Amino acid sequence: MDPGFFLLFATVSVITALTVVLARNPVHSALALMACFLNISAIFVMLEAPLLAVIQIFVYVGAIMVLFLFVIMMIDVREAVLQRFLPGRNLPAMVLLILLGIEMLVLVLWSDRFSITEPAAMGGGDQIRQLSTTLFADYLLPFEAASVILLAALVGAIVLARKEQG
Amino acid sequence: MVPLSWYILLGVVLFVIGAAGVLVRRNILVVLMSLELLLNSVNINFIAFGRYYGDFRGQIFAIFVIATTAAEVAVALGILVALVRNKSTLKVDEVTMMKG
Repeated sequence: MDPGFFLLFATVSVITALTVVLARNPVHSALALMACFLNISAIFVMLEAPLLAVIQIFVYVGAIMVLFLFVIMMIDVREAVLQRFLPGRNLPAMVLLILLGIEMLVLVLWSDRFSITEPAAMGGGDQIRQLSTTLFADYLLPFEAASVILLAALVGAIVLARKEQG
Repeated sequence: MVPLSWYILLGVVLFVIGAAGVLVRRNILVVLMSLELLLNSVNINFIAFGRYYGDFRGQIFAIFVIATTAAEVAVALGILVALVRNKSTLKVDEVTMMKG
């Protein structure tokens, strides 16, 4: 049962990711990216990380994609739509990408460290409680740093997007 | 159960697709979306390793990656709006302000 679900979610996410790169219209790219994120959050559920799946849906599908769609609507994409995607134009980048992909595939398939089938037990009991205890006790300083980064990004985005005389 | 290498292979495929979007596409919006794809493939790897080795730190680092991504998208879209207001182009090749 599990491999079937994994193959379904993985296939759909790869197809939608290809659509993101290959689509001519940025709106289609954004919608395909949203579908891809939903499938990735389903994969997070399969990995027994329900909190991460919810965060994925809230942050990516709820916030970031709405931001993308608003920006696409704000700026004029007609010129960008007309531009055609030609895979053969940037040949060195394509060769580099193919080499990178082959290298990573060979390394993963060659090694026998990734063939674990049975996941380790997660300590049992209330996993989200343990996760949040680790996050707020051991990783408190990175957590605060992340909040400062978010505040700085908020202020920076407002300043950047403001009109000059404002 | 699904072996760990399947998740790693999914991460590899998504990473290569995202890198292709960043390197080959000329539209800034699609380049930003491909960056999101790259970071998501890394998140899949973090959570899969954390699950299979029984460690919560994979999920915690995934949370930090998501927070940093949100900040990055906000700043990048602000820069994009300012850029379109000043130069009215969306192509990466035509943005040469910092070329010197």
